[in-house]
Amino acid sequence: MARTSTAKHDQQREKSASLGTIGGNAREAVSPNLDRLIHERIRLGIVSALAVNRSLTFNELKGLLKTTDGNLSVHARKLEEADYIVCTKSFDGRLPKTEYHLTGKGRKALERYLNHMEALIRATRER
Amino acid sequence: MPLTHPSRVPRSEPIPIDVRAADHLRYIRETMESAAEFTAVPGWGGVAMGITALAAAYLASLQTTPSRWLVVWLFEAGIGVAIAAPAAATKAHRANAKLFSGPGRKFLLSFAPAIVAGGLLTYVLARAGLYTALPGLWLLLYGTAIVTGGAFSVRVVPVMGLCLMLLGAAALFAPGNWGDALMAAGFGGVQIGFGLWIAKRFGG
Repeated sequence: MARTSTAKHDQQREKSASLGTIGGNAREAVSPNLDRLIHERIRLGIVSALAVNRSLTFNELKGLLKTTDGNLSVHARKLEEADYIVCTKSFDGRLPKTEYHLTGKGRKALERYLNHMEALIRATRER
Repeated sequence: MPLTHPSRVPRSEPIPIDVRAADHLRYIRETMESAAEFTAVPGWGGVAMGITALAAAYLASLQTTPSRWLVVWLFEAGIGVAIAAPAAATKAHRANAKLFSGPGRKFLLSFAPAIVAGGLLTYVLARAGLYTALPGLWLLLYGTAIVTGGAFSVRVVPVMGLCLMLLGAAALFAPGNWGDALMAAGFGGVQIGFGLWIAKRFGG
């Protein structure tokens, strides 16, 4: 029950955070080409962290991004649904272990996002 | 390293778009740095290379002719390669990564050009008898190779390259007989110091 309410809260917060990170008078920067899926900071963090590691466990990502179980689960699920990351579940002895890998599609999405941000900087500074 | 998330924008204060985009790029970089456990640079290999460089500096300082001095350092370069290659391969294997893909491949591709340039310039300068220019050249180009290769690695690697470059710059303008001491400091001291740090913090 608590976990469900956390997830709902996260989803609501995510909608505002996604715009809020660009926010203010800069809101026009959210062009149709911007990948909103990884624009959200936790998802951007997951993809960035997996870009430099072959795989990371749930706990490693949680510690790295300093977030909660519920928050990480919700955002990781969204990335999984978009095929940006792959989740594998196994057992390490008796303990369940969840590992995430970045897919080719996810890596390309991150590259596109980086290019988008760089283009945004260039375009603004050339004005 | 604590991650700094892209800061929230106070509604009353407009934030320039480029500042916001730069904030996101910084967040990505910091996340990657914190998450990057693997560096292709082997810490213990660096320590071993540093120790052999100290021995080489001592031996080179005893030589009576420039050509023998050059042979000592070229032999040391060969030993360095013989240490670095298996050390990097072992580290990559332990990290369950491939040496010639991902960070290791990027490091090698960025590292190689400055080393090749250094090799060619060594030949030309030695043929012209300009042996005193070699310590500065070697430190500067090896440092450059580490900086460029280290751009894809953990931050401590390009910092090590920068230290080597500074010593190289100093060697270019220092008296010729300081060459061995400066190379002992660079190829020896700097590599041992940073090698220990890398080994301790980044898995060997």
